[in-house]
Parts: sequence; structure tokens; C-alpha cells
Amino acid sequence: MTLSRRDVQDIAHLARLEITEAELPVYAGSLSAILAFVEQLSKAATEGVAPMAHPLEGQVQPLREDCVTESDHRDRFQGNAAAVEAGLYLVPKVLE
Amino acid sequence: MSLHLESASAIARGLRARQYSSVEVTKHFLERIDRANPSLNAFITVTPERAMEDARRADARLARGEGGPLTGVPIAHKDIFCTAGVLTSCGSRMLSNFIAPYDATVVERLAAAGTVLLGKTNMDEFAMGSSNETSFYGPVRNPWDGTRVPGGSSGGSAAAVAARLAPFATGTDTGGSIRQPGALTGLTGFKPTYGRVSRYGMIAFASSLDQAGVLAQSAEDAAHVLAAMAGHDPRDSTCVDAPVPDYAAGLDRPVKGLRIGIIREFFGEGLEEGTGRAVRAALDGFQAAGAKLIDVSLPNLPLSVPTYYVVAPAECSSNLSRFDGVRFGHRCTDPRDLTDLYKRTRGEGFGAEVKRRVMTGTYVLSAGYYDAYYLKAQKVRSLINDDFRRAFREVDVLMGPTTPTPAFEIGAKTDDPITMYLNDIYTIGANLAGLPAVSVPCGLVDGLPVGLQIIGPHFSEDRLLAAAHAYQRETDWHRRHPPLFT
Repeated sequence: MTLSRRDVQDIAHLARLEITEAELPVYAGSLSAILAFVEQLSKAATEGVAPMAHPLEGQVQPLREDCVTESDHRDRFQGNAAAVEAGLYLVPKVLE
Repeated sequence: MSLHLESASAIARGLRARQYSSVEVTKHFLERIDRANPSLNAFITVTPERAMEDARRADARLARGEGGPLTGVPIAHKDIFCTAGVLTSCGSRMLSNFIAPYDATVVERLAAAGTVLLGKTNMDEFAMGSSNETSFYGPVRNPWDGTRVPGGSSGGSAAAVAARLAPFATGTDTGGSIRQPGALTGLTGFKPTYGRVSRYGMIAFASSLDQAGVLAQSAEDAAHVLAAMAGHDPRDSTCVDAPVPDYAAGLDRPVKGLRIGIIREFFGEGLEEGTGRAVRAALDGFQAAGAKLIDVSLPNLPLSVPTYYVVAPAECSSNLSRFDGVRFGHRCTDPRDLTDLYKRTRGEGFGAEVKRRVMTGTYVLSAGYYDAYYLKAQKVRSLINDDFRRAFREVDVLMGPTTPTPAFEIGAKTDDPITMYLNDIYTIGANLAGLPAVSVPCGLVDGLPVGLQIIGPHFSEDRLLAAAHAYQRETDWHRRHPPLFT
């Protein structure tokens, strides 16, 4: 699988990453090399093999009571935000 | 004072016997950091005031006779663990302004055990790397040879402990990030079973692989640290609710009769000669002590690197989507609109290797490619897991080298990601199967340390620690330290 500059642009857009013109051929090269490298997986016989998503099979997700366990830390958490106003996070205008 | 040449366990004993105070010990290590860190770059943040506060509190505990096996002993945390009120950068520009609002469970538990926080250690950006060269804060130098890498991604923790700037340090291991730097700096690097230690507050890279552990000077030290870190945490739903054994009490279990599987696939092409020789000599030592060596084959294990480089980037692309410039971390200036805010924030905030992995992950998860890459890799992961399961029907532990070569030179592998990825060829299998594994120093090759890797079944930490401890009673490789940092 060889990726073109255009492919890299599309992937970068999906991943919401700005990639400069100069970087495009560099990523096209290294991503193509990585895809070629992982291509060897296609040779493995996996018919009837169940996909493994988690290393501890059979472990069930524990449930807890649906009740409030946290106190309000809004001000502390928002101390790490670049732009807040009146307890709200600010982003560029979304609706015209 | 040569306190720094003592193990963490020995320092703790000295503290309980009131031979010295935690304040004295802490000052000693802070002075060593002041002197050596400018050349090693092992720490991103040093926390001297916090350290002195912690030390005074530990001394008060010790004075009341309430000291435990770690009380008053200084520690360094990998900068991936959220530490309340302290910069937690994860080695990234993205989080270079992030003051963690809370403690990771690992940080909280080790603080409760009475450890003293010296600072936060350098690491590959978001733990993505095997050489500590992808850090926004610059590469870490290997204390054994400053022109070489310490390994990664827990390279700062490894360099700090190897140069005895800290008695021990935390690390995380997604594909070898504790064991590989442990091997390359002459330390005991322990990665527990997936789910043994809480991941709460540990910045996520690949959630089905990430596990916290320790870089220590010995199996005995690792046993004490692991006992303090491990155990159920309701704040991490994958953290297993099973009792934590008394690891230190089990250290003296003899190796006589232990069935050791020698992984055939780990001794083939690519294994550097001196490294292979050191590992074989260690295996002979186990045999001489009464263990039984059994040749085993795990035929799908050679596929672990390509499997990992589909699964880990896929999980990373999902986990790192949270860095959007809105709630925390870097934010670009004057965004035109929301998409521009996301794209420029992430383009500026992430380094090249992180971007490469986010894009690899985005690609393998995208419509049309999901089955061919991601689903296929998950199936091969099953095959690798089955190989391990079959092997553990015949043997108690598996052994082999931790890395194919000793530490390489800074810059030697930065141009070709695949060459860099292959450095983790022997470590990734344990992560895919969620197994505990440890790297134990087993020799020097041209003055550079190499490691023996011991892998066990799920929750066999006690068995691995006892095997490592038995080896360390018979050898002194783990007591060697870099000649430049005496």
C-alpha cells in the first residue's frame, strides 16, 4: 500500500492534524513503509479465529451504584483551559 | 556519603533504624540531581520544596515508629502520571502547560506509602518511542555512555535510577517501555500483569496494552514498590479486584525444579552476539541452581511487532482525540473556526512520531481498511496469546533476551521508524497477551548493560520476582553502576 500526498492530506484531515506541504511527502513515505511492514499480517491464517480486544478474557466490567461520587472541581479543572468565561469553555463561533 | 549506592530497601532499613533521616537522604539525592541532570536530561521537573515537605512528614512518621518498607525513600515519577499541582507534560508540547488537578492512583498510593517526590522524569512523547528521542524536552542520555540512548519510553526514569539520582522510579510499559530501558541501563524493570495496577491518572496511549510498573535496582526493591502500587481501584474498570500477595515475603522461593521455557524465536537472526552470550550464561546459571531448561517455540511471536503497530496506533488515535485545545493543553492562536482550532492545535502540539501514529491509527480504523488491518491484527493477537497459553502448560516461566542489542547511539535510528520499532521485538508479546514480565541485568557488552527477560502467566508476579531475586543472589550485575556516576 503506497500512500500519495493526497491520501496523507485526507488522513490528516480525519485525524484533525495540520500537516504542512513540506511534511506531506515525508509522512507519505513513512506511513507507506509502516503499512508495507504490517502487510505481513495478511499471511497469517486466521480463519475462525476470534479477534482479541482485551488481554484478560472473561473479565466483566464491574458496575457501581449510579450515584454522585465526585464533588465540584470546575474551577480547578478550568484552570488548565486556554479560554473560559463564566464557567464555560470558549471555542470559535460554530453557528453563524 | 555514598547513600545513593544503596538499594531502596537498604535505605528504608537505615531510615527505620534511624541511621539517617529522610531529610538527609532527600537532600543528598536533590544535590545529585542538581549536579548530573544538566548532562543527562533525565528530569523534566524537579520538585525540591515538595520533596523536603514529604521528607519532613516521613521523618515524623518514622519517629513515631510507623515507617513501612518505603517510608522516607525518595522516588521519581515518569511524567505520564498525573501529579496534583505539578507540571505533567507527558513529554509533549501539547501538555507543556498542564498542571495536573489530581493524583494518579499510582502517585497517591506511593505517597501514602511514605515515598518522597523528587520530580518527574523525561520520556518519549506520550510514551511513543524506544529511545527517549521523541520527547519535546530533548533526548535523555544513557549514564553508561552519554552518546547513547537510555531506551524508552521510560528513558528518564531509567537514566535517573541508573545514575543513582533516585533510588527507584515509576514507569509505564505499552510495548516494552519499562523492560527495554531497564535492560539498556542495567536496572530491574518490572511490568506487571495488565490490570494489576490502576491506570487511573496515567495518561493513556494504548488502553488495552498500557500498564504501570517500576524501574528499580533489584527484584527486592521492585517487590516493595509493586506491593505499594498494585491492587483494585474502582476508578479504573480494567483494574482487577484480586488480592495483592506479599511479594517481599515470597522472594526466597527456590528456583530448584522451576521449569523455564527458552523461547526459540528470541535467539535467531538479529540478536547481537554479546547479548546472546550474556543471556545464555544467565540461563546456565538457572540450570546450575536446579531449574529445568525446556526449548519452546511460539511460532506466531514474530508477528508481534506488526500486530502492535496496528493495535497500538489505533488505540492511540482514539485516546489522543481528547487533545483539542479546548479543555486543557496547548491551543493555537487566533483560530479561524473550530476545525482550524483542532488542526493547528494538534499540528503544533504533537511531535512527528505522535502524528505518525495518530495517522496510522486513523487509517487502519477508517472505513474500508478496518477489516484488513485492525480486525486482522486483533485476530493475530489471539494467535500470539494462544502461543503463550500453550507454552505455559509446559513451563512455569519463559526466558530470553530483553533487547536484541545493547544501547545504540543517539540519532542512529531516528530516520527509519521500522528500525526503531524492531527494537521492541522481544518485549511486545507480553503486552499483547497482558503478561507480567521483568528485565534483569545479566551482563555488560563492551561496557554496556544487557538484560535477561522473564515472562510469566497472568498474575505470576511473585514467581517472576522470586526467580529474579534468586539470580541476583548469585550474581552482582544488578549492583554495577555507571562509572561516570559514582
